[in-house]
Amino acid sequence: MSVTGSALPRSRPRRRSRQIFGDSKSVALGLVIFVLVFGGWELVVRLLNVPALVLPPPSKIVASLFADVISGQLIADTITTGLEVLGGFVLGAGVGLMLGCLIGRFPLLQKTAYPYIIAFQAVPKVAIAPLILIWFGFGPSSKIVTAATICFFPVIANTLVGLRVTPADQIEMMTAFMASRSQIFWKVRLPHALPYIFAGLDIGIVLALIGAIVGEFVGATGGLGYVILQRQFSMDIAGVFAVLVILSVMGILLHELMQWIQRRVVFWLSENEDRIVGG
Amino acid sequence: MTVSRPMIEISGVSKSYHTRSGEEINALSALTVSIREKEFLTVVGPSGCGKSTLLKIIAGTLRRTGGALRLNGTTIEGPSRDIGMVFQAPVLLPWRTVEENALLPIELQRGDVQKHRRRAADLFDLVGLAGFERKYPNELSGGMQQRVGIVRALIHDPVVLLLDEPFGALDAMTREHMNLELLRICEAAGKTVILVTHSIPEAIFLADRVVVMSPRPGRIVDVIGIDLPRPRELEIINSSAFGAYARQIRSLIGARGSFDA
Repeated sequence: MSVTGSALPRSRPRRRSRQIFGDSKSVALGLVIFVLVFGGWELVVRLLNVPALVLPPPSKIVASLFADVISGQLIADTITTGLEVLGGFVLGAGVGLMLGCLIGRFPLLQKTAYPYIIAFQAVPKVAIAPLILIWFGFGPSSKIVTAATICFFPVIANTLVGLRVTPADQIEMMTAFMASRSQIFWKVRLPHALPYIFAGLDIGIVLALIGAIVGEFVGATGGLGYVILQRQFSMDIAGVFAVLVILSVMGILLHELMQWIQRRVVFWLSENEDRIVGG
Repeated sequence: MTVSRPMIEISGVSKSYHTRSGEEINALSALTVSIREKEFLTVVGPSGCGKSTLLKIIAGTLRRTGGALRLNGTTIEGPSRDIGMVFQAPVLLPWRTVEENALLPIELQRGDVQKHRRRAADLFDLVGLAGFERKYPNELSGGMQQRVGIVRALIHDPVVLLLDEPFGALDAMTREHMNLELLRICEAAGKTVILVTHSIPEAIFLADRVVVMSPRPGRIVDVIGIDLPRPRELEIINSSAFGAYARQIRSLIGARGSFDA
């Protein structure tokens, strides 16, 4: 991009047209890769006569997924798992954010309380999922708690990092205008931490999906994880893959949702980046 | 000159640091100077002479290690309502609009933000930023951002305005223009001003008196009264009196200091 200011207005449409051109290129390449991967998969499975019990061809997976969508039999399970993920995410991320703010605001807690959180993180959550099942039962609450324990840590860790990176000159400015410690926290340190916090939330929401499925594997009466186990028992491998596709779509949607919220909350950052590119 | 009590009294102020190896470094050594009410004092010196450190000590964001410092007769022991500070970089908060940035000191000092909107509007008029109140800092040029910084420093009507190389990041043309504006703004606002710069012409152009500092340890070499007529215009830079002041200050600092502008 040009460095001079006068080139700025002209560079905008040029950039946009290049983007559209770039987009059509990437769409074409995306299609090629798609055909190579799934066509290759279909071909290999059919040519080598791989049993559908081991690896079903994509066509069978699509057919199974299509049947699921038409019959609507997975709607209830999808909603169950979706609510577990959201519930677990809100709980885990909420607690992570609050504890992160508390520890970041009162540095004494960093040494006295944070080690316990690290120790908790070191325990594999999958390993405590059976305990959570005993404590919270076969209903959605045990899945919500399992999801919460998994997505909690990236949120608290990113919150703490974000609260540490406040530029010194902004703190000095606040001090010169007689800000209290809590004013510096709420008006400068926390807004500055938001991009980091959102990075943590983005990781956290996908981890919450893993947590909900793990919870359903350990013991459940519904949900997509439960359906996977059922179909595995009945050797419906194409059906298992169909559920995996649904889970993957769900993960992408949740990620996109976080990105969408981030762009609205941390609005000043994207504008900044635009300026750097345009200028 | 002994008619009125000085606005700021700096007597024997010093500042020393300890390095990690335990070595003591004197950043400022026994500085003494008084600033009269509504005086425009500039501090000039090469990098590392401690001129920014001095300003931070007056602003109360940095502790002095020795000496006495009084503002209007009261000892300065921390940030004060009576002081407004303009920083080297504008240091605006990017998630706040221009107006919200300017009103920040009122908010921090738990003043009536609504009541000060009127004053903010007047100040935006004064610095030529009327109509930009709802913009965000990254929509403004560097010079405009620094004007917001000036409004923010003046919003709570402080007695003293401190400026730490406020236009150092701007290009030479914008800088000259901003200096003219600053003189006009300070005359209109009627403040006691201390401005730190490493540009000798800038120091002379703005000042009633120029404090010349030398580095390691930072100390005052001389204080020079600038007897040039006000209001000042840029042409004054070409006058022989201006040239004489510049030569005098340059020789005081010695050939070792390097300067731009």
